Amino acid sequence: MNSSRNLSGRQVVNPAPLWSVLLAPAALAGLAVAAVTGDALLAGRAAGRRFAVGMAVTPLAEAARLLVAPPRTTVAPDRLLLRLGVAGVAVAAVLAVAVVPLGDRVVVDLDVGVVWFNAMEVVTWAAVWLVGWGPNALFPLVGGYRFVAQGLAYQLPFMLALITAATGAQSLRVADIVAAQRQLWFVVWMPVAFLVYLAGVLAFSFLGPFDYPAGRDIAGGVLAETGGVDRLMLLAGRWLLLTAGAAMAVPLFLGGGLGPLLPAWVWSLVKTVAVLAVLVYLRRRLPTIRADRYVELAWVVLIPVAVAQALVPALVVLGRG
Amino acid sequence: MDVVVFWVLALLAVASGILVFRLSSMARVTYALLGSFLFIGGELILLGLNYLGVVVILMMVMEMVIMAVFMIAYMMNPAGLMPMSMVHNRRGALAISGVVFAALAAGIAAVPLPAPAATRPPDPTLQLGESLMGGQMLTMMTLGFALLATMVAATVLSTGRGRYDRFGDDLERRIPNDPVPGGVGRR
Amino acid sequence: MSLQWFLLLAAALFSIGLYGVLSQQSIVMIMMGLELMLGGVIVAAGAFWHFLAPTAAAGQVIVVVVVVAMAMEMAMGFAVTTAIFRAREVDMTDQARELKG
Repeated sequence: MNSSRNLSGRQVVNPAPLWSVLLAPAALAGLAVAAVTGDALLAGRAAGRRFAVGMAVTPLAEAARLLVAPPRTTVAPDRLLLRLGVAGVAVAAVLAVAVVPLGDRVVVDLDVGVVWFNAMEVVTWAAVWLVGWGPNALFPLVGGYRFVAQGLAYQLPFMLALITAATGAQSLRVADIVAAQRQLWFVVWMPVAFLVYLAGVLAFSFLGPFDYPAGRDIAGGVLAETGGVDRLMLLAGRWLLLTAGAAMAVPLFLGGGLGPLLPAWVWSLVKTVAVLAVLVYLRRRLPTIRADRYVELAWVVLIPVAVAQALVPALVVLGRG
Repeated sequence: MDVVVFWVLALLAVASGILVFRLSSMARVTYALLGSFLFIGGELILLGLNYLGVVVILMMVMEMVIMAVFMIAYMMNPAGLMPMSMVHNRRGALAISGVVFAALAAGIAAVPLPAPAATRPPDPTLQLGESLMGGQMLTMMTLGFALLATMVAATVLSTGRGRYDRFGDDLERRIPNDPVPGGVGRR
Repeated sequence: MSLQWFLLLAAALFSIGLYGVLSQQSIVMIMMGLELMLGGVIVAAGAFWHFLAPTAAAGQVIVVVVVVAMAMEMAMGFAVTTAIFRAREVDMTDQARELKG
């Protein structure tokens, strides 16, 4: 880290050079491909097969097939809105990762980076609903409404988790949050916020226990009537969102690029891969949660617990003076 | 550069604002309004209000998605597949809003506005936070109570089931009888 | 970039919203118009803060108040719409005249 200082006198990360605008999405995509590959390997193992190269490249082969597959058409679709939604999921992930530092470099060192990240996660709401609305078909619409209905239950605990980390660092700038973890990672004294955050990441990418909007009981929900490149974009978008969430967990709770010996960017990558691995494992292990159960759990249990957790850094910061 | 960004955002905001009342699909209408607010948020960021700009974007995305649900629930023709008119007194409304715009524009052109301020606060977000938690604390508390009152009132108005439906005529049930079982404690 | 142009943008948004409020029949569409009018207020408040009084927080506080007002307006609007729709299957202002005060 260099010695440029912000108002509170802490060291901050550098804005990266212009080429990082291309590097950040590339890194995001690379990590997402790694996550999908790991997921395919886990799926193979769950099916009792032995590890093989063929198993690992299944998702990539599927992606290639979708690239050449014809798009699916329905009667009187709203193509414009469908395309907006399909692209929106991936675009939100890429824009979200713009404020996430890789080591001591970041594409945009926004002073309200945490709020920006949250706003981009929320864009998923709008995008997923559009994907549900666009095809003018029953199951996608049900899936889209399922996502919107649970949106606040996903969003509020997630937002409180972000606030907890920001309160601990007394800053909305992601770099300051990393700098505040020199002595102690936030995950140590904000474990509840960390868990709530991970749940939110899974929820916003509608994967694993939160795949209710794309559930099997409604024939794939929002995915049901997409085909070809649309489907590829949508599937890629949700994995990109998962990866973006895992990448943001590192500066928020796991000390960002801080660590001994290795350069900062290596630490960032290592930690991101670790969080991603945990998320992919959880996605395979946990069953889908029904919406009515999760919504009540979120409002009655998660939000109060997350508020209590946010109170801890608030009191600590107040005590420090 | 800033001037170009201002004009692009301003024209897009106005254009999507006009589209709100020109489109017939309710989903498109809602997302046009959302687009207008995204550009308004961009204008705020251009003015140096990063926090408020991003918050406007964040809030409007949530608000418009919820709006879309109600739009479609209460409109006779949500997808706009059968064109129909849902307006009254269109000419009068056009005239009134045109006159209002002309008056406002004339006022903007005629009133001598003071010279732009020279000093800027180092951190507008910090300024806002310190103001809301200090001098403007009463405003913040009023907003908080108003929001709480809104939540209670909106729930009371919109719910179709009262406590006698949930707990029985003599309120004798310990566990409410709800159509949706929920995830905590009830079956 | 000058204050005048920002105010003109605010006036344009306000007038478009006003047109919607006056001309639309559906309650939900009227609320869209109200939101657009408040959007104009947000732009004007932000511009006044930036150009005239950046050292005072009042301009920013107004934006916060307007954003909260938008949230409350929407929540109460939908609550009232739901209530009268539940009672009488009405979602148009012309059919809910007795709410006139």
